[in-house]
Amino acid sequence: MFTLTVNGRQHDVDAEPDTPLLYVLRDDLQLNGAKFGCGFGQCGACTVMVDGKAIFSCVTPIALLPARQIKTIEGLGTESAPGVVQRAFIDEQAAQCGYCIAGMVMRAQALLERNPSPTEDQIREAMMPNLCRCGTHMRILRAVERAALAMKGAAL
Amino acid sequence: MAFRAGLIGSIVVGGILAIGVVCVALAWKPSIEPVTPPPTASFGADRVARGAALAAVGDCVVCHTAKSGQPFAGGRPLSTPFGVIYATNITPDAETGIGAWSEQAFVRSMREGVDRTGQYLYPAFPYPHFTHATDQDIEALYAFLITRTPVSAKSPPNALVFPLNIRWLVAGWDLLFLRTGEWRPDPSQGAEWNRGAYLVETLGHCGACHTPLNALGAEEGSRAFAGGEAEGWDAPALRTTPPGPEPWSVETLTEYLRTGFAPSHGAAAGPMREVTNELARAPIEDVRAIAVYFASLMSKSPARKAPAGKAIAYDAIFEGACGGCHAPGSPLRQLGAPSLAASSVVNAPSPRDAIQIILRGIPWREGRAGPFMPGFADELSDQQVAHLVGYLRANFSHSPAWPDVEKEIRRAREQGGS
Repeated sequence: MFTLTVNGRQHDVDAEPDTPLLYVLRDDLQLNGAKFGCGFGQCGACTVMVDGKAIFSCVTPIALLPARQIKTIEGLGTESAPGVVQRAFIDEQAAQCGYCIAGMVMRAQALLERNPSPTEDQIREAMMPNLCRCGTHMRILRAVERAALAMKGAAL
Repeated sequence: MAFRAGLIGSIVVGGILAIGVVCVALAWKPSIEPVTPPPTASFGADRVARGAALAAVGDCVVCHTAKSGQPFAGGRPLSTPFGVIYATNITPDAETGIGAWSEQAFVRSMREGVDRTGQYLYPAFPYPHFTHATDQDIEALYAFLITRTPVSAKSPPNALVFPLNIRWLVAGWDLLFLRTGEWRPDPSQGAEWNRGAYLVETLGHCGACHTPLNALGAEEGSRAFAGGEAEGWDAPALRTTPPGPEPWSVETLTEYLRTGFAPSHGAAAGPMREVTNELARAPIEDVRAIAVYFASLMSKSPARKAPAGKAIAYDAIFEGACGGCHAPGSPLRQLGAPSLAASSVVNAPSPRDAIQIILRGIPWREGRAGPFMPGFADELSDQQVAHLVGYLRANFSHSPAWPDVEKEIRRAREQGGS
């Protein structure tokens, strides 16, 4: 039995210690935002945040995670009240098929929490681990830039 | 008495000044007049192409390109025990690059480590190796570099500890350690071996990382290829058989050097990854010659007998974080990735490179297929990295447990990058 803290709530999870966090999120906690893409930490569709850092949940066994703060896209906002980064992705229409987007949003969120005013180069570098097969990269870049401005506006 | 002391003092001061004047006179290098480089067409495509191949063997672009910067435009920081040195712009921009350099000025920089204006360059620029290259090769490199697109980019100033920020002092270093003169072939060896030895010792400058350095940062000639260090990574010894179960052959080494991967040994990581990216552009016969040379060096040390495989114990962290690619029967293993038991890194004398790869992974090879591994710096605590490193060593190597794992993890983390 493992106790995981996800989006500020504690969950007791009955799973093997080597179970990837992604499986627990989707199968046990019904948090289906993070997606299974490759299962090898190569595509980023499963990206969530742990202690403020973006990680691949498909290669992160839950044995690593007791006492750490996990945040998923469900922790950023809801459909009726999306978070700042989610709002920016919607405004820029950055999703085509949408499969990579939860991961993209979480990696952008982690970047902006660490660096509220990233340059375009810094955004490109930070987003590098996440792949998008539809090719909406330019919109994703704009969405992250928009989110950075919106966050600053919110802080004023 | 006071008069005598004053006299002695004057003589001493005068003597020091005189020695100083002599030293400065010896160390003084004249400026070479700026020129407008000859037009591209004047060099001939052959010569430029030969220069391109030699630049690939020398990995010039690796150090002389900043992160997301233009190729050869400089600005990449190199951390040394003496501070940070920024690579210079070697595109033909007249103001910020080598655009005003004549061929004579370029040859002098490669042979003597002095720039066009006569300023001493630091030996982070491997002129102690380049000095032994042939005139023809240095001239081909000039033809290649001077015909690139000029990029205006000023490198940040170096951040070296006093007194090493005084460039004159490099004259003393050169006096102690710079040995000029063209490289001489070994008549007892074949042409391919000699070609490899030439490239390795001159433009390839392999010893810059793979040979230990003395306290003043010069290669220890007597311990050539005994293993060194590069940017926080261990550069393994190349004069002995590798610590893993498989020896290197000319074929496996050639493949590794050109692709960054050999099925019997694994993937290149850290600074070597960038070297293999460049060697992919070098002529295959040159890369093979380099492999012939190193395989010959290694063959002089006693062969190791490959020990039998071990039973691998279950570990939740290994299984969940690494097993998808590295466990027996995993999809990656089916595709030809070797067992970690074959890895030179897992069998290495120090845990440094294993820790670096776990934390930083192996980055994408932009635009080309190649090995990739995500870094786990943000997933794993120091304690969890130490656990994993101990597990890998115990289960995939017959060598004893590594000491100082915690210290090495802290060191790798402090170096930044994640």
